[in-house]
Amino acid sequence: MHLTTEDLSAIFLTLQLASVTTVLLLLIATPIAWWLAHTQSGWRAPIAALVALPLVLPPTVLGFYLLIALGPLGPIGRFTQWAGWGSLAFSFSGLVLGSMIYSLPFAVQPLVNAFEAMGSRPMEVAATLRANKLDAFFTVAIPLAKPGFVMAAMLSFAHTVGEFGVVLMIGGNIPDKTRVVSTQIYGHVEAMEYAQAHGLAGAMLVFSFVVLLVLSWVNRRRTQTAI
Amino acid sequence: MRLRFRRFLWLVIILSAAVVSATAKAEEITVAVAANFTAPMQKIAQAFEQDTGHKVLLAFGATGKFYAQIKNGAPFAVLLSADDETPERLEKEGLAIAGTRFTYAVGRLALWSKNPFLVDDKGQVLLSNNTDKNNFKKLAIADPKLAPYGAAAIEVIERMGVIDKVRPKLVQGDSIGQAFQFVMTENAELGFVALSQISIDGRISQGSAWVVPPNLYTPLKQDAVLLPFGKDNTAAIALMKYMRTERAQTIIRSYGYSL
Repeated sequence: MHLTTEDLSAIFLTLQLASVTTVLLLLIATPIAWWLAHTQSGWRAPIAALVALPLVLPPTVLGFYLLIALGPLGPIGRFTQWAGWGSLAFSFSGLVLGSMIYSLPFAVQPLVNAFEAMGSRPMEVAATLRANKLDAFFTVAIPLAKPGFVMAAMLSFAHTVGEFGVVLMIGGNIPDKTRVVSTQIYGHVEAMEYAQAHGLAGAMLVFSFVVLLVLSWVNRRRTQTAI
Repeated sequence: MRLRFRRFLWLVIILSAAVVSATAKAEEITVAVAANFTAPMQKIAQAFEQDTGHKVLLAFGATGKFYAQIKNGAPFAVLLSADDETPERLEKEGLAIAGTRFTYAVGRLALWSKNPFLVDDKGQVLLSNNTDKNNFKKLAIADPKLAPYGAAAIEVIERMGVIDKVRPKLVQGDSIGQAFQFVMTENAELGFVALSQISIDGRISQGSAWVVPPNLYTPLKQDAVLLPFGKDNTAAIALMKYMRTERAQTIIRSYGYSL
């Protein structure tokens, strides 16, 4: 397996993108998941459906509408230009935004499950011990939901690493900025450089397998401790 | 009751025999078509079906992908490639019928913007400096490694001596279709696209464009080749001939290709 410097920089960029996306995603997914797990509101079903939408939409559809939204006439493009940030299309920040939307259900769903499995009892007990809500959330809810957070982080990270369609549509294939592993493999295949494509694809395969293996271990440990 | 059922059975048999014989006479073929040739080929296929009664299924895509698919047994009868190298390579590898290659169209490159005032008729906008009014932030091209139109665009930029100035502004689409999309959605102010993508009846459909003089880049020869799947197929052979008829060539030229 021989990787060129371009391949290596694509790998580095991919890891960077997945890390930033995962951290930001956990920050916004936690309140969404908490709300979804506890609300009695009639908005629950539509919001849950909206969050799950990236699961079923083809990434190219997502990418195409992002491209339009990021453009100078799109809502996001207008806002970023008004704010003086310029356009997000063809930039690392644009990819982060796209990846967050693309991986959102993978972060939210495990957290919702974890919060629901926890039940309302621990928070009630904390309240009787005079912990305020925020305090109880950080000292009781988060530690109890830890396996959910681990799962959400791993799934978001792995899913972002495997992202292709969205990046292809809004990336522009710029080295060190938007050329990630999946688009690099695609480029190798299209250019008929099959040996190089095999190298990168092999690395991707091993990585994905290891992530899924670790995930199933985490899952098993969780069910065992639950019993 | 029984009699009625028998009559019905006969009807079914006769009908299905008719359907089978009809499909046997007019053959159906699948043709792999380069993405930049989508619009003209749809028209040509329609004319071909009218004139010959054969049926053509068109698959549009990147030539590199078609190469991989053909190599792995895709059932295409004919390849209309975006370049002249892929058909040659297929022939060398014994994956195409020798002696059937010919150039069905020569692509033209255009520098295009949706802004009606940005592109002048000499491409001077490429020489603009950061302080100029007609400056641009992004220039879209097709990936020069994958698409002949992308390689041609780089040639033009190099010949004009502005490669160092332009390189940081380049964004690449995986095909000429995507380069077009970047300019169409105005995420890039400028882009090198295929003239066929922006011309309707010999005119530029919108925005402003510079049709790049052919002496600035290697000719974009697009070759067709017959594949083993179409070897003894009358429809495939008829289509290869049809591409060179006056009717087909008129359509090809109307989309901004030369021949």
